[in-house]
Amino acid sequence: MKTKKGILDSNLFYTILAIVIGFAIGAIFLLIAGISPAVAYGKLIDSVFSKPKYMVWTLVYAAPVIFTGLSVAFSFRTGVFNIGAEGQYIVGSVAACVIGILVPLPPVIHPLVCILAAAGAGCLWSLIVGVLKTKRGIHEVLSFIMFNWIAYYLQNYIVNIPIIHKKGGGEATENIKDTARIIFPDGIMKALDCTGAHWGFIFAVIAAIIIFIIIEKTTLGYELKAVGFNKNAAEFAGINVNRSMLTALGISGALAGLGGAVQTLGMAGRLPQLAAQEGYGFEGITVALIAGSNPLGCIFSGIFYGAMKYGGSKLTMVKAPSEVVNIIMGCVIIFIAISQVFKAIFTSIGKKRKEA
Amino acid sequence: MGSLVTNLGLLINATLIATPPLLFAGLGSCFSERSGVVNIGIEGMMTIGAFTGAVAGLYTGNGWIAFLCGGLAGAILGLIHAIVCISFHADQTIAGTAINFLGSGLALFLCKALFDNSSDTPALDTTSKLPKIFEGVFPVGSFGSNVLNVYGVAYLVFVLAFVCWFVFYKTKFGSHLRAVGEHPEACESIGIDVYRVRYTCVILSGFMAGLGGAFVTLATINQFRPNVIVGQGFIAIAAVIFGKFTPHGTTWACLLFGLCSGIKTLASMSNTVSPNLISMIPYVVTIIALILFVGRANAPAANGKPFVKAR
Repeated sequence: MKTKKGILDSNLFYTILAIVIGFAIGAIFLLIAGISPAVAYGKLIDSVFSKPKYMVWTLVYAAPVIFTGLSVAFSFRTGVFNIGAEGQYIVGSVAACVIGILVPLPPVIHPLVCILAAAGAGCLWSLIVGVLKTKRGIHEVLSFIMFNWIAYYLQNYIVNIPIIHKKGGGEATENIKDTARIIFPDGIMKALDCTGAHWGFIFAVIAAIIIFIIIEKTTLGYELKAVGFNKNAAEFAGINVNRSMLTALGISGALAGLGGAVQTLGMAGRLPQLAAQEGYGFEGITVALIAGSNPLGCIFSGIFYGAMKYGGSKLTMVKAPSEVVNIIMGCVIIFIAISQVFKAIFTSIGKKRKEA
Repeated sequence: MGSLVTNLGLLINATLIATPPLLFAGLGSCFSERSGVVNIGIEGMMTIGAFTGAVAGLYTGNGWIAFLCGGLAGAILGLIHAIVCISFHADQTIAGTAINFLGSGLALFLCKALFDNSSDTPALDTTSKLPKIFEGVFPVGSFGSNVLNVYGVAYLVFVLAFVCWFVFYKTKFGSHLRAVGEHPEACESIGIDVYRVRYTCVILSGFMAGLGGAFVTLATINQFRPNVIVGQGFIAIAAVIFGKFTPHGTTWACLLFGLCSGIKTLASMSNTVSPNLISMIPYVVTIIALILFVGRANAPAANGKPFVKAR
């Protein structure tokens, strides 16, 4: 018998609840720090919505996290946990940057080659972990964490190689060639009144739609989901589990690598020497969780995260530390992670009321 | 010849400084992992410990009290991790990710709130730091003074490693915690309180990670900065895996990784090998170790699996 779905059964309700709780806890910390939450959150909203160009900036900030969010969401749907999106993002941006600096190519083709290389690098980085898992049974979460840090030091090593290191000091590479940039043409940029606007967000939306179609409408997606849902049953049904897992990890890694590419070719234009993990991969986990692992949902949760990052960066103007965003997001993850328990409690209360 | 001895001395000294934070966190992590709770939030716990230690050092002026405060701050995050993972059966990896967000977020947030938007805490006086035990014992400039005169806690941690080994293999609690990580259902049926053992272990793990973080700000350097911890929590996790989830294995692994860090310090002085390549060694070694020796069934059987009490 089908029962009507109440609001307490919907995952979206718990996600929104988690976000509200996250903001509430953030507010408590702001109060402790002697900052009015109204002022800080007001500034947050103001710096995202008050001007069209701020909204464009929000989308610019959203682009890379949509990609890493898609990467993690895709892995969740296929039964592995890609906590290595951080490393795949890094090797993607390194690949894009190196080709962007060293290989002279005509416009349009240049960024395409960079983007393909980035996807390839991310895919490869993730596949190594996949092979370790399928051939040697090594848990993917462990090797992903190791590969994140190998990628981190790899970037710092490559940034300091003389042929691409910025001439005359500085902790970064040269700028990539103009032909490799994916920024909007001047006309559009003027119309948007935003000097940093680039194609990244549009690419991210296209990627989200493609991933949605792959997961929901293709045989490949069906097989990958089947493996994620129940490995043994999938194997029994004649699906090659190892190959499916590698495919899933490869696609997931490529998506994270693309995130690195759009950020490097669109926003930064070069690679910095890293002092700490930039966190795009870990932010991708949050984006995927908020989206309930739905690829199209990742667009919206990515924009939300982009807004939080962009708005958060303006919080210093009201003397509020921008790290409140990390506190909020950490709480959001925790409350989404335990939302199943809330759900069980609420539904059991609901049932009792009905019975009474 | 003289330079060889000097370099060797410097290397031992650098290793003695780099190992303790990893070892504190790694030993703690052994407890958590062996009891069946994956803790990838070590990095966040170390960061909050480092911050709290530095601040407590500023306000109390007593290195030891500050050190314990750092541990307590880590323990609070450990408690959150425990509640979320054990009582609420959440995905432990996701919860750990959240702990990392919270740990670094809270540390930097509170730092900026307390110190006028600065992301560094003010530098500590030598008197508010942890004491060096051999101060004045060896003549200035001698081998003993240059190499062995490190902060007392650096020696204490090796004693602690032995204590952990003892607790693991010679006490009832130790056998309980190992059993709980392998087969919680069986443990429950013979009357072991699985939740209590796991709570104790996870909180302990947070406490020791916090101590490891506080060591960095109270001994290695003298203030909290945003990048004091970068990656040490994850190296500690690597060391635990490399050490096959045992306290003694973890100790050797931490010493090895500490040595890597020591080599890095020396190499960055001499400018011959890229320090970035040397920094990769712990992670690469861990992967190779996993491929060669550890392989499949080495993690505790119930690791990462939420345990739901039977009614």
